[in-house]
Amino acid sequence: MAERAAPGGANPAAAALVPAGQQAPELSREEKLQLRKEKKQQKKKKRSEKGPAAEPPEPGTPSEPEQPRAARPAAPPAAADGPSSAEKPPGGKSKAELRAERRAKQEAERAQKQAKRAELGQAAPAAKPRLSPAEPQSVVKRLPEHVQVDDPAAQRKLAKKLERQQVPLRQDYGTKVNLFSHLHQYSRKKPLTQQMSIPSVVIHPAVVRLGLQYSQGIINGSNARCIALLEVFKQLIRDYSTPPNEELSRDLVAKLKPHISFLNQCRPLSASMGNAIKFLKKEISCLPDTLREEEAKEKLQDTIDKYLREKILLAAEAISRSAFEKINDNDVILVYGCSSLVNRTLCDAHAKQGRAFRVVVVDSRPRLEGRETLRRLVRRGIHCTYVMINAISYVLPEVSKVLLGAHALLANGSVMSRVGTSQIALVSKSYNVPVLVCCETYKFCERVQTDSFVSNELDDPDDLVVLRKGQAQLGGWAENKSLRLLNLVYDVTPPDLVDLVITDLGMIPCTSVPVVLRVKNVDQ
Amino acid sequence: MEFQAVVMAAGGGSRMTDLTSSIPKPLLPVGNRPLLWYPLNLLERAGFEEVIVITRKEIQKMLNLDTKMKLDFVCISDNMDMGTADSLRHIHQKIKTDVLVLSCDLITDVDLYEVVDLFRTHDATLSMLMKKTHEPTEVVPGQKGKKKPVEQRDFIGVDDTGKRLLFMANEADLDEELVIKRSILQKHPRMHIRTGLMDAHLYCLKKYVVDFLVENRTISSLRSELIPHLVRKQFSSPTSLQQGVDNKEEDQKKKEQASLDIYSFIKEDNSLLKPAPDNSCWNDHRGDMNETLHEGKVRCYVHIMKEGLCYRVNTLGLYIEANRQVPKLLLQLGLEEPLVHGSAQITDRGMVGSDSIIGSSTQVGEKTSIKHSIIGSMCTIKDKVKIINCIIMNSVTIEEGCCLQGSVICHNAVIEKGADIKDCLIGSDQRLETKAKHVNEVIVGTEQLMEI
Repeated sequence: MAERAAPGGANPAAAALVPAGQQAPELSREEKLQLRKEKKQQKKKKRSEKGPAAEPPEPGTPSEPEQPRAARPAAPPAAADGPSSAEKPPGGKSKAELRAERRAKQEAERAQKQAKRAELGQAAPAAKPRLSPAEPQSVVKRLPEHVQVDDPAAQRKLAKKLERQQVPLRQDYGTKVNLFSHLHQYSRKKPLTQQMSIPSVVIHPAVVRLGLQYSQGIINGSNARCIALLEVFKQLIRDYSTPPNEELSRDLVAKLKPHISFLNQCRPLSASMGNAIKFLKKEISCLPDTLREEEAKEKLQDTIDKYLREKILLAAEAISRSAFEKINDNDVILVYGCSSLVNRTLCDAHAKQGRAFRVVVVDSRPRLEGRETLRRLVRRGIHCTYVMINAISYVLPEVSKVLLGAHALLANGSVMSRVGTSQIALVSKSYNVPVLVCCETYKFCERVQTDSFVSNELDDPDDLVVLRKGQAQLGGWAENKSLRLLNLVYDVTPPDLVDLVITDLGMIPCTSVPVVLRVKNVDQ
Repeated sequence: MEFQAVVMAAGGGSRMTDLTSSIPKPLLPVGNRPLLWYPLNLLERAGFEEVIVITRKEIQKMLNLDTKMKLDFVCISDNMDMGTADSLRHIHQKIKTDVLVLSCDLITDVDLYEVVDLFRTHDATLSMLMKKTHEPTEVVPGQKGKKKPVEQRDFIGVDDTGKRLLFMANEADLDEELVIKRSILQKHPRMHIRTGLMDAHLYCLKKYVVDFLVENRTISSLRSELIPHLVRKQFSSPTSLQQGVDNKEEDQKKKEQASLDIYSFIKEDNSLLKPAPDNSCWNDHRGDMNETLHEGKVRCYVHIMKEGLCYRVNTLGLYIEANRQVPKLLLQLGLEEPLVHGSAQITDRGMVGSDSIIGSSTQVGEKTSIKHSIIGSMCTIKDKVKIINCIIMNSVTIEEGCCLQGSVICHNAVIEKGADIKDCLIGSDQRLETKAKHVNEVIVGTEQLMEI
């Protein structure tokens, strides 16, 4: 049927707008789309038997232009599709006419893109009907690849994707503990650059340097990694030039993807980096087409600067000021590891010279980040005590509050932070010491996690091997079949162990995190 | 673009004049390939697509390399006595990014990413490659007795990780004592000093170092002047911060010096893109209150190879050693060429040892045994010749009944019947009379001896 054919022709374009990653799982639902096709054809036959030919194609076909629109925001328009098709028969021709006009306009646009994407062929029309569920939509959450390392199908898909983007695949290293076999474990001695050409042509040199600094541990810490990432993106945008016949808003996002995959291979992206990337992609795709390339690039750099300034730097200052109210005279504050936010809070509080307090720095192996905290605090003249994590129950009776940093705050109020944080929160709870977590809102994450196993990061197990007087006790761990080394990076603290979260929006209890997330989504 | 590669092929080979008087050093055959092929192959394997080769006109004419890379030859004339730094200054307009400088006599199988990663990760000014030397085991022709000429030792100081280069001095520059500045020890209390390291002359340099060289015309050699200067500069503050005497003349001199100071060439691109930002918890040292990397802007790193091949063919002994090791290297590189070339005509295959390389169009007669040797192309070797441990270059004629051991025979030489040569170096175009006996001699033409 001609009317069916035209939207069918437009749909390769629509399907092309679907990010490449989404197509793959949906290809496996071939049977479902076949069923839907048959159902629709049956419906059409029934209506053509009943009434005039004008009505049936229009309810059928106007729903199809809405489907490509449904391709991008998956759930809500599909939901609108359902009730709208139910209203059509009583609504009559006026609604159908409006829809026909809309359809004509969209077809004109898509005809242009169809010329470009003609090679997508039959797979695309198959993809299109899939996205318009006849039943109420069930948004299936796909598991991200990085927690599916023991699933060979997912890994094959990842390998194919990386090959397409010309990014090398990093090999896992060493035997993993069974409980964590679904996570990647890399060795620091085998960097990703081993498989890349020197000088790098596919990946921008600044991104290669950033990836190396991430994997070697030189840039550490949620804020540092995010700031460095945004600076490198600014440089990427500066060095970018739109190829002819492409739009900056679409092409730049496509150009950023291999770089993001590369950084992900060097070290799994942190929640802060993920949020920053989502923000940037949204900004790029919302750029108006009327801007010239130079103006568009400037605008993007300004938005990145604004994000950096507001969400990270000013937020840190706001948190520092709020936290100052919670620090009383003659307080003993316990901190763990090295959090840039907590360090800043304490240094600012000391500089204000109104409160006398001392700090207990708790440290743990293998990173021993507390030494850096110690150096920074003692340099400012703050009175510090340094203990290892096994001593916290001895120190806690004299501690008045615990100040912790966070890597991310999850949607159920759990705090994801450096491994050992949940221990400190647990022991502090048993000693009735209040636990305060400092976290900027840009680190709030829509994931929900109740344990530390599902999504975590495994660091290089060789870090646990310590050389003492030229001898390493665990040196031959790889040969011993019953020995596995586990070097976890993060752990999840349940919300009932945390008393207060200090954010740039104010001081909120842990249970208010989903409210903040909802407010943020509405804003955007 | 991230890097530009520069290969220095204009050098004379001053430490092996016997060989290089007739054949320029980049063209010396090692494993039947010109010496220049090896650094170019290293760059090609790493993924470079363009290389700048600085050489002399006559070398460029005689070069015939099969390589997929685009070679940009820059010829400098012979009469200008240019050092390596002078050559870099000569091509500074072609240099737009950071540069990787190689010497033409480097044969190595190092993974380049190890050196380059140090350069990238730490945003270093200089990154170089070194290898532990080992005692050469080959007998070098022309050596009188067992005493080797005493090479001036290099003292290299590295930090605990073995990556950061803290100190470099050559024995020639020191009187009796090794002087280490207190500032170095304050910042790096543990320093390992090593001798017995060979510098592979492979340097990654930042672009501003080339700019600095352009302004500072007093530096003429990379290895002996620029590199030690950079290593010292890591621990000295910019001259503008140093205390000065109140003297107008001195002030003016200082101003000139200040403009020649490398710190003035370092451009601070981005304050937030420091190699180890403030909010990251990494520190390269501990135990003191100082910031990461002591906020030093000049940083020099070195990668010390533990295993693998790394030769700099700049003496006769190393040339012979390299020839021995090259079959292994070529195998590692996976070059499929058979050791015995297809067009070579060998009557007795069984008499040719398994690790000998025979070039194209070479004819080998009956009952000739060839063991552990490398024979070039278009040679004619007649019957009943014994060749053990030799390096024979192209177009050499060896008549019947000769016995050659441990020798190097250069292009176009003719060895008449019945000669018995042991541990000798026979120069190009030489003709040895019949039944000549030579042990441990260097025979080169008189006109070549005149060139010093």
